[in-house]
Amino acid sequence: MNDQVYFDEMLGTEGKVRRPYQPFNTWFEGEDPKHLRAKQREAEDLFRLTGITFNVYGRAEAEERLIPFDIIPRIISGREWQKLSRGIEQRVRAINAFLYDIYHGQEIVKAGRLPEEMISRNDAFLPEMIGMRPPGGVYTHIVGIDLVRTGPDEFYVLEDNARTPSGVSYMLENRETMLQMFPELFSENRVQPVSTYPGDLYNSLAACAPEGLGRKPTVGLLTPGIYNSAYFEHSFLADEMGVELVEGHDLRVEDGRLCMRTTLGYKPIDVLYRRVDDDFLDPLTFNPDSALGVPGIMDVYRAGNLTIANAPGTGIADDKAIYSYMPEIVEFYTGERPLLENVPTWRCSDKESLAYVLDNLKELVVKEVHGSGGYGMLIGPTATKKELAEFRKKLGARPGNYIAQPTLSLSTVPIFTKSGLAPRHVDLRPFVMVSPKGINITPGGLTRVALKKGSLVVNSSQGGGTKDTWVLED
Amino acid sequence: MLGKTANGLFWMYRALERAENTARLIETGQRIALTRMGASDEEWRSVLQSAGALDGYTAGHEKVTKDAAIDWLLRSRDNPSSVLSCVEQARLNARMVRTALTGEVWEAMNGTYMRVKEVLSRKVGERDLPQVLGMIRQRTGLVRGATHGTMLRNDIYDFARIGTFLERADNTARIIDVKYYVLLPSVTAVGTSIDNVQWETILRSVSGQGGYRMEYGGSTEPRDIAQFLILNRRMPRSLAFCARKLRDNLGFLGGDYGERAASYAKIDHIDRAYLSFDIDAVFDYGLHEYIQKMLLLLGDLGRQIEVDYRFYE
Repeated sequence: MNDQVYFDEMLGTEGKVRRPYQPFNTWFEGEDPKHLRAKQREAEDLFRLTGITFNVYGRAEAEERLIPFDIIPRIISGREWQKLSRGIEQRVRAINAFLYDIYHGQEIVKAGRLPEEMISRNDAFLPEMIGMRPPGGVYTHIVGIDLVRTGPDEFYVLEDNARTPSGVSYMLENRETMLQMFPELFSENRVQPVSTYPGDLYNSLAACAPEGLGRKPTVGLLTPGIYNSAYFEHSFLADEMGVELVEGHDLRVEDGRLCMRTTLGYKPIDVLYRRVDDDFLDPLTFNPDSALGVPGIMDVYRAGNLTIANAPGTGIADDKAIYSYMPEIVEFYTGERPLLENVPTWRCSDKESLAYVLDNLKELVVKEVHGSGGYGMLIGPTATKKELAEFRKKLGARPGNYIAQPTLSLSTVPIFTKSGLAPRHVDLRPFVMVSPKGINITPGGLTRVALKKGSLVVNSSQGGGTKDTWVLED
Repeated sequence: MLGKTANGLFWMYRALERAENTARLIETGQRIALTRMGASDEEWRSVLQSAGALDGYTAGHEKVTKDAAIDWLLRSRDNPSSVLSCVEQARLNARMVRTALTGEVWEAMNGTYMRVKEVLSRKVGERDLPQVLGMIRQRTGLVRGATHGTMLRNDIYDFARIGTFLERADNTARIIDVKYYVLLPSVTAVGTSIDNVQWETILRSVSGQGGYRMEYGGSTEPRDIAQFLILNRRMPRSLAFCARKLRDNLGFLGGDYGERAASYAKIDHIDRAYLSFDIDAVFDYGLHEYIQKMLLLLGDLGRQIEVDYRFYE
């Protein structure tokens, strides 16, 4: 696989600087590498001082860590972005229609386009949501679509994050850092702003408030607390939106409404942007041991007195087994051909597929259906014999727990190293907001980059870093 | 504002104030040890006592020595009042209430934490001690300055100030409590040299030597020191000054929220009944009894604030 040629977003496949990167390249060539190295360190100091850190689970030492930041921006042309955002919008519309359908008539099952057991035997399906219409008809208020690129015009959706996608604070802080360190770059390049995100998110959430409130809705952000790995992001977003950051023990149900304990007594919340999983939302309905949620919150929700964003039960749409049906799902609900490609996926629950996967394990990526964060995953081409054998065993024991995909030739973007620019594999997570007023996609997103040479794993928990992502105005 | 946020602000600023006070007590102890021949390890015992850290110390140490006392006060994680523990606690609370702080306050707090943690990761030698203590004072001052210069004057600010002044009043009261006997009017007109050491210790512990001279001139009188620390309204660490600030900020909260809480009545009572008389009245009451009473009242006030503003469920 070492001889394989990857598409580099700056240099293409032939080493010629592509158009969106030309002004940047001119600037870069005029810079002293020593100066840039100092800037790279400065960036790290900035992140540490601002406290843009994440907590790694299971590590008592180094409680807070930085996600490495690379100063070379990832640049996307306006034309490329337009194409992408049309595809994303179509996909997100389909996901919301799909969620409404499976919790109501299940037309897609009746039409024979999706096997019934994909729903009924799926842990992410919440029977509590059957027949319930969330305020404004919106299920996924915030979506993060993970995209990878394999060529100038080839984008694939890797994953639809429809539960509680994270990472948006990095999109915003990476830009702030770049603006502070290299202001001149932004006078030379016309980069579309991302700083509109928190305001847009607030408006989008407020527009989904329960109908007939007769006053400005109160929005709150529910965090599992200070020790959660994404706590920085929770407090950052609450701060930027000007809403209260609440935990389960700040909340209780009073007079049929969700209320937070303020210095003046209990006050109602109308829209709850929750960053805790379904399971922990309501100990009366779901996990009885949960201390993160609020007893009775689901009753308030079902009575229509609260918006929960994202709605409980949306996880079924980003399940990796459902993922393989996304082309059908998009077509079924929009009547259009999907604009964004799905990665071909083998569902190991299927006997023939399993046989194929076992035969070709060395060429494939195997993922757990419910896994996330890059854990519990096998990358065939770089796996050791022992790892391959282990996965063979796992696949044999619980085939339904796995899917497999071909190893994609992920595009690269240069990072800044001691010896100059060096290509590294990247992915992209744009952030999408949904309200009855429409779908809003912030031009940019989170670019994750595998800092290790040749590595395809971009997850921050596994040594990935991030970059500022520019969408240019053409 | 969430009750939890008010709680976090209150404790963030209390912890910060305590870190600064503990650093100042160490500085005083060290200064006295270096300049006065009569000073002994007994002096460190009273420093520990003033810092409210003696009981914890004696639980783990057989005798009081200078090195062990300094380490306990500066960087022991077993001592909740050590500088390191306090700065960590302040920062933890700041993280919890980050949405209520300006970016500048947060960065000052986080920067303080990073610096203090780094410097106190190893035992601090005698040679480095002055620098380290100076850094702690500067850094905590930076957070206070950023607070003063960038925060909106709303309920957030009020809780920050209430935490600061309640802690400071408590601290000053404890310093007097430990050394009250050297402030009692005595039959001899001139203090002995031991008395002089004690008086200097007290004034240094509240960074009050310069202020004292401005207010009372060059000669040190125990009566004046008591007056200065308890009733002087210009002295920013006196009980009367702190009480006035507490009353102001609890009053602003009452104004903002449309009603005065029970805690306002309590601080108003403290101010009127205990801090509006001449120092002779304090001596008549009994200095020791008076300070004990103040400590009780301040503790009670803290608990009332927790209840009034729903810090906990």
